[in-house]
Amino acid sequence: MNTRRVVAIARKDWIEVRQNKYAWMPMLILPMIFVVLMPLVFTLILPALAVDPQDVLSSDQDIEFFINQMPEAMLRHIDLDKPMEAMIVTMLGFLFAPMFLILPLMYATIIASESFAGERERKTIEALLYTPASDAELLLGKVAAAAIPSLAATWIGFVIYTLILNIAPYAHFQRIWFPLPTWWPLIFWITPALVVLGIALTVIISAKVQNFLGTYQTSGSVVLLVVALFAGQITGALYLSVMVEMIIGAVLWVAAGVLGLVAVRTFNRKALLAGSKQ
Amino acid sequence: MSEIIHCRQVEFRYDQEFALKDFSFHVRRGEVVALLGPNGAGKTTSVRVMNGLLPVDAGSVSVFGMPVYENGAEIRRRSGVLTETPALYERLSAMQNLHFFGTMADLEKGEIAARSKLMLDVFGLAERADDRVDTFSKGMKQRLAIARAMLHDPELLFLDEPTSDLDPEAARQVGDTIREISAREKRTVILCTHRLFEAEQVCDRVAIMKKGRVMASGTLDDLRQAVSPQIAVRVRIAAPFLADEIAWLKKQSGISAVDLVEKNEIILKVADETATPLVVAYFVNKGASILAVEPKRASLEDIYMHLQQNARKEKA
Repeated sequence: MNTRRVVAIARKDWIEVRQNKYAWMPMLILPMIFVVLMPLVFTLILPALAVDPQDVLSSDQDIEFFINQMPEAMLRHIDLDKPMEAMIVTMLGFLFAPMFLILPLMYATIIASESFAGERERKTIEALLYTPASDAELLLGKVAAAAIPSLAATWIGFVIYTLILNIAPYAHFQRIWFPLPTWWPLIFWITPALVVLGIALTVIISAKVQNFLGTYQTSGSVVLLVVALFAGQITGALYLSVMVEMIIGAVLWVAAGVLGLVAVRTFNRKALLAGSKQ
Repeated sequence: MSEIIHCRQVEFRYDQEFALKDFSFHVRRGEVVALLGPNGAGKTTSVRVMNGLLPVDAGSVSVFGMPVYENGAEIRRRSGVLTETPALYERLSAMQNLHFFGTMADLEKGEIAARSKLMLDVFGLAERADDRVDTFSKGMKQRLAIARAMLHDPELLFLDEPTSDLDPEAARQVGDTIREISAREKRTVILCTHRLFEAEQVCDRVAIMKKGRVMASGTLDDLRQAVSPQIAVRVRIAAPFLADEIAWLKKQSGISAVDLVEKNEIILKVADETATPLVVAYFVNKGASILAVEPKRASLEDIYMHLQQNARKEKA
């Protein structure tokens, strides 16, 4: 394995992604909503508008049900005697937690689509295949191009989210309350699994759909997994406690491993050239 | 000269469709060889096979004396390929492109910088080194793609349709570049093209392909000898030809045919050029005013068309 080549491929792909506005625009906008805007709405704007937090919590039967059915280990982080705190912890600490997983999935599928399908779409793949790099080096370079920025961006987003959630409502909490214990497996166990899963899925799809947008839209459907987790929580069917997260993470890692093996088999010179017969 | 490429009875299929069938092809070190054929003849597939990108279904391929598919990386390190489309990273600058491919070819950092600069100078792109490739004209992109193929100083160069999609001026620029490469640098070059004039100008040998198979190969003279060995000499005089003059020409042993195309113009089929001075001397002695004497050998285009038509007739 020639690491210099792997790094060169990853770096080149990353430069290309940065130059594609269709790739980086959603990568900027969505985190702005989840990481900055939403926390600020709940921690600064609603209090500033003098919205009664009790109204927020009881405005929706689902949220009320969510709190009522919550396991004790999670519920102990919510002080129902302090409505503002309770609203912020419920909404930003628990309820929207699965939505945060959209970020690594989106990053991974966008960058991988640009890297794998984009290269075929622009017909630059053939020149790359004529280099001495092995199939494994090509694959690893492209996986690194998608995985490293996806994880880094998610973790940076998590740090910003943590800072906002602790600083903005400090007047109410008077303490550092975030991250909650459930966030650690979410960020460091489930997120990497989702990144690998998203990339593997994109590699497989890019073998069939040979353009960036088509591949991204198809592989992006994996976001439904996250929506299912969100729906599971809000209906009380599935609470993302630490134990549940560890199990979900393990399942995702197994799925990522299986899809990864399929992706490795899919990614070879013959298969990549099959679409351009001469 | 030692053999650098040896393909013997190669078969390759995309799914169930043959792209190469009974493909045999040999190239000696230092030769410039054209692979000619219509679209779909298998030229690009043969380049892929010779670089170890595709495993063959039958037959054998060796390059630099090594079986290709098992030694693909080593062969690709020693060869350079200009792909049918320039396949450049258009959002990167010319220098970034060369730097990336230099790294992929295992060149050292200093070597990449020096070779990139040299290649950009040679191909007249030095002033645009830091400009994004998507701001380049087609001709400039093609020159940059050739520079990329030659960056690591390969022993063997494959140029796949180097002038396709180029306007005449750009095609001429690229053609001149190929001539320079072959003349000055004495590399082994495989030129895949359907531009016959280009091949005729540049190549030592040609191989004519049809449906994945080499129908004929050799030097232009070899092919002429095999396909159309005679020389056509057009003779045009001021006055109409007389019957006795035509009869005299037909009697000469070196002349196999006399076609009267106009009253004052004939085309003679001669075995070699020694017949021409005899004909000229005859008409001078007869006091004729000779307007033109033009010996014409079969061009590559004539040979190519002849072979392709024969193949179609055989199929029919």
